Amino acid sequence: MQVSEIFESLDYGPAPESRAGAEAWISGHGGRFGHFINGAFTAHARGFDSRNPATGERLARLSVADRKTVDAAVAAAANAQPAWAGLSGHQRARYLYAIARLIQKHSRLFAVLESLDNGKPIRESRDIDIPLVQRHFYYHAGMAQIGETEMAGRAPVGVCGQIIPWNFPLLMLAWKIAPAIAMGNTVVLKPAEYTSLTALRFAEICTEAGLPPGVVNIVTGDGATGELIVRHPDIDKVAFTGSTQVGRAIRQATAGSGKSLTLELGGKSPYIVFEDADIDSAIEGLVDAIWFNQGQVCCAGSRLLVQEGIADMFHARLRRRMDGLRIGDPLDKCIDVGAVVDPVQLETITRMVDSCDAGEVYHADTPRPEGCFYPPTLITGLSTAHPLMQEEIFGPVLVSTTFRTPEEAVALANNTRYGLAATVWSENINLALDIAPRLAAGVVWVNATNLFDAAAEFGGVRESGFGREGGWGGLEAYTKPRADTGKRPALVPIPPVEAPENPQIDGLDRTAKMYIGGRQARPDGAYSRAVWSRSGGLLGHAGIGNRKDIRNAVEAAQAARAWSRSSGHLRAQILYYIAENLSARRAEFAGRIADLTGTGKARAGREVDLSVSRLFTAAAWADKYDGRAAGVPLRGLALALREAVGVIGIFGPDEAPLLGMVSAIAPAIAMGNRVVYVPSEPYPLAATDFYQVLDTSDVPGGVVNIVTGAHDELAPVLAQHLDVDAVWSFSGADLSREIEHGAAGNLKRSWVNYGHARDWTGDTDMRAFLEQATEIKSVWVPYGA
Amino acid sequence: MTLKPAVETVQDHALPQVQTPRNPGMPLDLDWVAGATANTSAIERRAATLPGRRSIKKEFQAAWLLKAITLIDLTTLSGDDTPARVRRLCAKARQPVRAEILKALGMGPVTTGAVCVYHDMVETAVDALKGSDIPVAAVSTGFPAGLSPLHLRIAEIEEGVKAGASEIDIVISRRHVLTGNWQALYDEMQAFRQACGQAHVKAILATGELGTLRNVARASLVCMMAGADFIKTSTGKESVNATLPVSLTMIRAIRAYHAVTGHRVGYKPAGGISKAKDALLYLALLRDELGRRWVQPDLFRFGASSLLGDIERQLEHHVTGAYSAAYRHPMG
Repeated sequence: MQVSEIFESLDYGPAPESRAGAEAWISGHGGRFGHFINGAFTAHARGFDSRNPATGERLARLSVADRKTVDAAVAAAANAQPAWAGLSGHQRARYLYAIARLIQKHSRLFAVLESLDNGKPIRESRDIDIPLVQRHFYYHAGMAQIGETEMAGRAPVGVCGQIIPWNFPLLMLAWKIAPAIAMGNTVVLKPAEYTSLTALRFAEICTEAGLPPGVVNIVTGDGATGELIVRHPDIDKVAFTGSTQVGRAIRQATAGSGKSLTLELGGKSPYIVFEDADIDSAIEGLVDAIWFNQGQVCCAGSRLLVQEGIADMFHARLRRRMDGLRIGDPLDKCIDVGAVVDPVQLETITRMVDSCDAGEVYHADTPRPEGCFYPPTLITGLSTAHPLMQEEIFGPVLVSTTFRTPEEAVALANNTRYGLAATVWSENINLALDIAPRLAAGVVWVNATNLFDAAAEFGGVRESGFGREGGWGGLEAYTKPRADTGKRPALVPIPPVEAPENPQIDGLDRTAKMYIGGRQARPDGAYSRAVWSRSGGLLGHAGIGNRKDIRNAVEAAQAARAWSRSSGHLRAQILYYIAENLSARRAEFAGRIADLTGTGKARAGREVDLSVSRLFTAAAWADKYDGRAAGVPLRGLALALREAVGVIGIFGPDEAPLLGMVSAIAPAIAMGNRVVYVPSEPYPLAATDFYQVLDTSDVPGGVVNIVTGAHDELAPVLAQHLDVDAVWSFSGADLSREIEHGAAGNLKRSWVNYGHARDWTGDTDMRAFLEQATEIKSVWVPYGA
Repeated sequence: MTLKPAVETVQDHALPQVQTPRNPGMPLDLDWVAGATANTSAIERRAATLPGRRSIKKEFQAAWLLKAITLIDLTTLSGDDTPARVRRLCAKARQPVRAEILKALGMGPVTTGAVCVYHDMVETAVDALKGSDIPVAAVSTGFPAGLSPLHLRIAEIEEGVKAGASEIDIVISRRHVLTGNWQALYDEMQAFRQACGQAHVKAILATGELGTLRNVARASLVCMMAGADFIKTSTGKESVNATLPVSLTMIRAIRAYHAVTGHRVGYKPAGGISKAKDALLYLALLRDELGRRWVQPDLFRFGASSLLGDIERQLEHHVTGAYSAAYRHPMG
């Protein structure tokens, strides 16, 4: 084009970033790559192609890791781990710092390689992905440095198997590797098969930084390789980011194995615009929400909820903004939307949108090049029931609906199986800060979207997964209590006391009931079983609960959601009151424990005393397990709020029928959870007596529900219940596999004993329980006059 | 709201570049003004990421820079301005780029958008630009503070028009914005517009003194409602002049006003834009937020004195491949 023509047309022209450096690096490896194991690259074998989605050209040949390769990588990681964990925090910090510096020095090569391999615009890889990668390593260099003192009670988990997606290849690698190695773990990481190149360049950085061999191992391959990692017996922890479907399969595959697990999965994140918002900024925010990285972002604001009165105007202005987006060559510095990662993904997006038989589909009126590109798309007028309102499209497609009131906005926002992120636009701080905590999401952005930083926790609730990445919360996933480093003793099963040959039956018949919604309830099945003392006395009958009792208990617990919004002070008051009332009945409970378990009166009395103390501890924590304001590089607040998990199902221990129950329930309700408690199977009556204490202590109905019955029968019901948010098991029966497998259904959190006993009297640190009873929600509030 | 139809006369098209009907204004709509929002942090984020989103290279850059030249109000606003100094500036406005550079770019002659001077220099400038079609803009109304008596400010406009200025850059009373006295601002702006007659009026908001972006948005709307042909950021004398966040706020106000009334109001960032690279950013912002139509001299001007020199160097670099030096280009 002539200058004089452009002078009139004011067209944008091509502004390509050079790919020469990236090509030189690939050809320097002969265009073929092996795996990075124990500090060295293996020979290329069993190859597959890595392609540039924008052109379809082959970039390199990669290798698929088979069982032998994965074994070698895991062995290298396992060998390296003790020495790596044995280094001082400062020594590990130096390596992380060196990695951060080296990535910074080669930042343009990483950016170009990422855009070539993934198809994302160079603007994003250069200005967002790679700077965040550097930031993550710098931040965690600091965590390694101060971890020795600040995380003194925590130990590394061991060997971590990490499987990452293709949408932010190097950034997800950084999110996984930086906290893991900072805390003394070693890793075997598998990048996504579409996008392995930057991970392989990162492997070289590890060598350049002098990282000891085996600390970081990178194997390439497909889902089969991933499965080898997930199932490997010497992997202590699995961290996965990807689809909910695969996450669920991983939850099932690792169920009962004792592997620690964190999952960061899909989303259908709401983007709420109130009528008093800065509309232009909210529209610009959508560009960063759903047209960032072609919408292939797990936390993309893909579900627009706009207040009804401004909806038509908003959609009209949004369409106009969409028309201004430029689609094309990802390496062009003047491009807004690049290539979809692979023709398979393009086909999925196309099929989903083409199948839309309702509403109005609008494709941006902007030139679209041939190839693996999809135009920015807005679909208005869909009902909440429409599949496209519910299912993740993972493309540049925004669906929209309207709401009338803040209440309805929250209801619509939360009307989803997912819970990763949410965005709220309003100029009214009262409204925005009222809405933010009520959204079922791990991250909430106020008047902004897709803000990320190493200092702020990121992760989901519901079927968006569990575990946090970034911040202090992110370290929980890569450490465990130091107390857990030695093997806990195996559980010794305690069978119920058999009916004696010569039963002694005296006194008036007492039948313990279920306790549901603050009322005593007969078991739905109308079956009971006798509970005998060690000396042959009939202590009473306990109902045999069934799935309907569990159903009723969960319903009651869900109905008591106001408890989660009550103040910590109020919950503390009630916990103290429970302690007071329990203390008043010390003799009675001690006698009950002695009768049930055959333990001495003095020991039984001590169990009651400890239970009272534990209630005090929980009451103390109720208003002190604080969140914090994270130090993000932004003028604004990034708040890490600790929220109740929700409804927790708990299988109680046999070892300490009262203390075990109190130790689990008290921190759970202190943090605002509601509980369905299934008491010790052989010793249920300590728990059923306890509901009288609850009844007299102002505990609102439904906050604690007690269902007696057979653990192995009730475990799958609770674990599979889709309205339960977590299940804990301290049961004498080892229910770990059953529970973790069932938990895959709605990806509820699970905390199980893997057949190991817990020291209920000695272990007085409540933090492990508080951690399990809460989830960190990051609320970002940028501000400016 | 009720809108006046756009009443146009032939004289309204007196300026050579003007192709669009003048903004006739509308009744002051206080609800609209009160509802105007501007989320500072979001606007700053958009502005901060713009340089990464838009890149203009090679012949496209040369063409855009030439366009930028035609959008410059080549300005001198100094106490030591003399007739000779203003004539030299006017000569530069007539031929802002060396002929052989234009030839190498395959371009015919270009001129700057206007020459901008104080009232006393208007006649000199008009004389120096005779036959060129380059308009003379005069800063007026007690520029830069705007604190002289209202009747004198209005008289200054009338004198400027009489002296031959076809564009009048007025300054608003910042105190009306800072006290939320929108009616007073509206009345003042209307009076200024009326005094301008056929001359086009640019309303200088002095955004560096308005405190918040929301005030910038509201003042922009009120001035447009009162009939401003252009809204302009700064006098160049405030401690903070044109910035991208302020520009985005004002451009969005212009867009909103156009959406409601159908009238296009021009935009003039002034002060602090001295690099070719910055000029490209402003043009990209304008093009993306308002559309190409706005990237023309009748709807956009840079208020700048040293920007031209940098653009000349960049153009010579484009032609020769070697970085240029300031002394190779005639002074304005």
